[in-house]
Amino acid sequence: MSSVNERITQEIQSIAASMLESGQVAAFLGYSQGTLPGTMQPFVARDVEDAKKFSWNSFCVINLANYLPALLRSLEPPRRRGEPPPEGPLPKVGVLATGCWSRNMVVQIQENQIERQRAVIVGISSRGMVSRRKLEAAVGYREITHIEEQDNSLLVRGDGFEETINRWDVVRDNCQTCVHPDPVIYDKLIGSLSGDRKIPDRFRQVEEIEALSVDDRWQWFQNEISSCIRCYACRNACPLCYCPTCFVDDSRPQWVGKSIDPVDTALFHILRAYHCAGRCTDCGSCESVCPMGIRMRLFTKKLQKDVLELYGFEPGLDPDAPLPLSTYKMDDPEEFILTHIKKGDKK
Amino acid sequence: MRFDASEEVTMNPYLPYSAVIDDIFVETEDGNLKTFRIVLENEEDRRNWTHRPGQFAMLSIAGKGEIPIGIASSPTEKGHLLFTVNRAGVVTTALHKMNVGDPIGVRGPLGNGFPVDSELKGKNIVIIAGGFAFTTLRATLIYMLEHRGDYENITVIYGARTPGMLLYKDELKQWQERDDLNVYITVDREAPGWDGLVGFVPTIAGQVKPSPENAAALICGPPIMIKFTMPPLEEVGWRNDQVYLSLENRMKCAIGICGHCNVGPVYVCKDGPVFTRAEVQRLPVEF
Amino acid sequence: MKPLVLEKEQAGHWLKGLCNNFDIFAPLPTDKGYSDWQKWDGGDLFDVAKGVPKSSIKTFFFPQPEVLFQFNARASAPDAFRLREPKCQDKPRILFGVRPCDARSVVLNSMPYEEDPYFQKRIQETFIVGFLCREGCSTCFCKWTGGSPTGTEGMDVAAIDLGQVLYVEILSDKGKRLVGNGFFRSPTKDEETEAKDFVEKAKGQALDQDVASILRSKGLMHLYDAPFWNSVSEPCINCGTCTFLCPTCYCFDIQDETLRGKGRRIRYWDSCMFPLFTQHASGHNPRGDKLKRVRNRFMHKLKYFPDRFGPISCVGCGRCVRDCPVNIDIRQVLRSLLEI
Repeated sequence: MSSVNERITQEIQSIAASMLESGQVAAFLGYSQGTLPGTMQPFVARDVEDAKKFSWNSFCVINLANYLPALLRSLEPPRRRGEPPPEGPLPKVGVLATGCWSRNMVVQIQENQIERQRAVIVGISSRGMVSRRKLEAAVGYREITHIEEQDNSLLVRGDGFEETINRWDVVRDNCQTCVHPDPVIYDKLIGSLSGDRKIPDRFRQVEEIEALSVDDRWQWFQNEISSCIRCYACRNACPLCYCPTCFVDDSRPQWVGKSIDPVDTALFHILRAYHCAGRCTDCGSCESVCPMGIRMRLFTKKLQKDVLELYGFEPGLDPDAPLPLSTYKMDDPEEFILTHIKKGDKK
Repeated sequence: MRFDASEEVTMNPYLPYSAVIDDIFVETEDGNLKTFRIVLENEEDRRNWTHRPGQFAMLSIAGKGEIPIGIASSPTEKGHLLFTVNRAGVVTTALHKMNVGDPIGVRGPLGNGFPVDSELKGKNIVIIAGGFAFTTLRATLIYMLEHRGDYENITVIYGARTPGMLLYKDELKQWQERDDLNVYITVDREAPGWDGLVGFVPTIAGQVKPSPENAAALICGPPIMIKFTMPPLEEVGWRNDQVYLSLENRMKCAIGICGHCNVGPVYVCKDGPVFTRAEVQRLPVEF
Repeated sequence: MKPLVLEKEQAGHWLKGLCNNFDIFAPLPTDKGYSDWQKWDGGDLFDVAKGVPKSSIKTFFFPQPEVLFQFNARASAPDAFRLREPKCQDKPRILFGVRPCDARSVVLNSMPYEEDPYFQKRIQETFIVGFLCREGCSTCFCKWTGGSPTGTEGMDVAAIDLGQVLYVEILSDKGKRLVGNGFFRSPTKDEETEAKDFVEKAKGQALDQDVASILRSKGLMHLYDAPFWNSVSEPCINCGTCTFLCPTCYCFDIQDETLRGKGRRIRYWDSCMFPLFTQHASGHNPRGDKLKRVRNRFMHKLKYFPDRFGPISCVGCGRCVRDCPVNIDIRQVLRSLLEI
């Protein structure tokens, strides 16, 4: 096992155990080993014994912020809808947070989904998580039966092959272009901070698509989503998607058809992306969980780029900075609302 | 089997009968419950139609969808079907906007219904209903009155929030006047002009104290009413296998395939909706 | 019928000859790195990868969506809102390269769908050419579910890949219709021995327990109230990946759609993992919690279905094991249920 991961694993286990033992938290949210090589399972420990199951490696791909609101709610005494919470402090949850996960927790705090004081955040500076798909591609899609992670490489074995893969080569696109690997808010830190990274071409993938003609872009988009099975794993793995009833599930009115008509599928993906504009931290959960390998992260990445260009804003970095798309200002940019035709530019 | 295109598809369980809305009655003061009298278009279908009280049908409005509704008419009422519909979702709202003469589809009869021709025969019958769950019990009562000799004493306990929320008000009056029926109609609270019983259904059931001797109870109502009706019955010796309930769950195919209405291994649409309480208690509480 | 042999280099010609009367589908590579069911365009077919393609073959029997009825949605039309059964324009289909688990899923799904005319019609019009498995993936567990890597249930034709040739068994009248043209010959003695060896080796040891009958014998509420459901369901994100990739998840919803005067009543895949699956119009939800939904999926496959039909509703293809975003592993759940 990688010495880095081993150290982090041990620290998680001991921090979680001590927080649970002292009663500081009622539950601790982290990761345990999965049943397949290269899979990790989000895991909630509720006692000291459980804490031994925590583990850490480069395959912790689901944003743990996603579980936080429901887990916190589950620890509150039951009450009717609309009834105020009971007096006094409510049970707390310990949770691991990398850069993007912590930024999503900031967004959740800003959007009143969680209370800061109820989350005991244990920060870990992220070294980037590995894309299982990239790893599979790196070994020619042969079945991987064993992965041994070293500090900077992965030893991958399968039936009749063994290969050493450079870790960074198979790190997810979002992690490779991440500039904020450090947790933004935390109560305890594992390891040390590594500082913001300079990535000169962090939007390169988006720019390549922007450079296409409108038709080609549409073609690219349609091709990308053509294999979508509408399982909504992308939506459900996203900490931003917490609407009690998602627009795709609404029946009165029904906005989107339910089968896999290309128009309905496109509408789902476009609206999902737009709902995340100015809130998405590019954590990559959506893309990591897609069973069909759709790169829907590029849709939100484009909006991330737009929000950065138009508002100079990156979500989740500052708990006190208002979210640009849910705040109105007189001098908000608005050119993008107008179409060419309205502006008299008949192309 | 049907590979050759020349062979006609003979039976499609998803295809409703074509029918027409023949009459509409507003049942309750809030206007949320209407009874639709529906007549199948095809005379042969009308003649062949037969159902058992407690069964339901899917009402189909092309463009809106289908909805399971208990059949409120008795099979002894020939020539038409009655459905009392609460306005709640997309289809029922559309149905409430429809007029006499409008086309509608009917797929059914579906489900098992009450065992009126087997277990219930020769028994003292206690019908307990709350709110708009009275519909299939109306069908049952009408059927039993048509075959009055097949059953011993028949007791009806029926309650609603207010007098204006009672269903089938004219018939309730007629039933109250009969001497071969014990009818207790109650409302939750005192109301101007109401000189009948006042109190929740479970309270009235506790006062009536129906004997469990050679008896069966058919109970339909909101879960909370059923929950509180059981203790007074149990107190006077009722067993769970004497008590018949009608479950409701979301349904789509209504023929035991689509998976929406399952309660553990049983499908409410196909194995139910009528179960004895003893059967229900052996199942997960997923209804 | 006696087994036949097809030289692999003849196989393309054989299938092309069938293209006039059939649409042929096979697991073909995609640009996403996995193989998936696609219409065959005449290319090389015989590199059928081990294991199963991304999607199951249920889509050919239970399409997403199935048009149940069509209707004229213009209120002024004389036939307004009258439901008509659609005329199916599809050619009969050949599914080439179906693994034993997927073929068996059709047999299992036929049990609840026995009286469903749409499903049964598609079964009649779909010809399954199965490929027995020489070796499985690490996620395969067909034997646990009552299947076998060399099982032929549900197949019309079963093929064994012997390298140069396909050793073919015809298993149904439909199968006979496929091999009726002169590309096939009788196997040599050696080929017969080789095929026998293949089956013996691939089949391996039989499982020493009958999983379905053990599960049937256990008390319903004993399994339902098992203590592990909370930990099984805790990581679940309520997506439909498991149910949509699963060959034996067959639940559906029905809905009417109208567009510019044309209407249709469709049925489409639904998932018991979605909260709305069971939600009443009143807002009441019998399976409002994630725990209840996850439990329902496993209980349906491993208890409710066997109680009703006999076998468990799982063929051990391993798709959900591989693609569950949070690694909820049905093999572990199965083991836990057997142990409790």
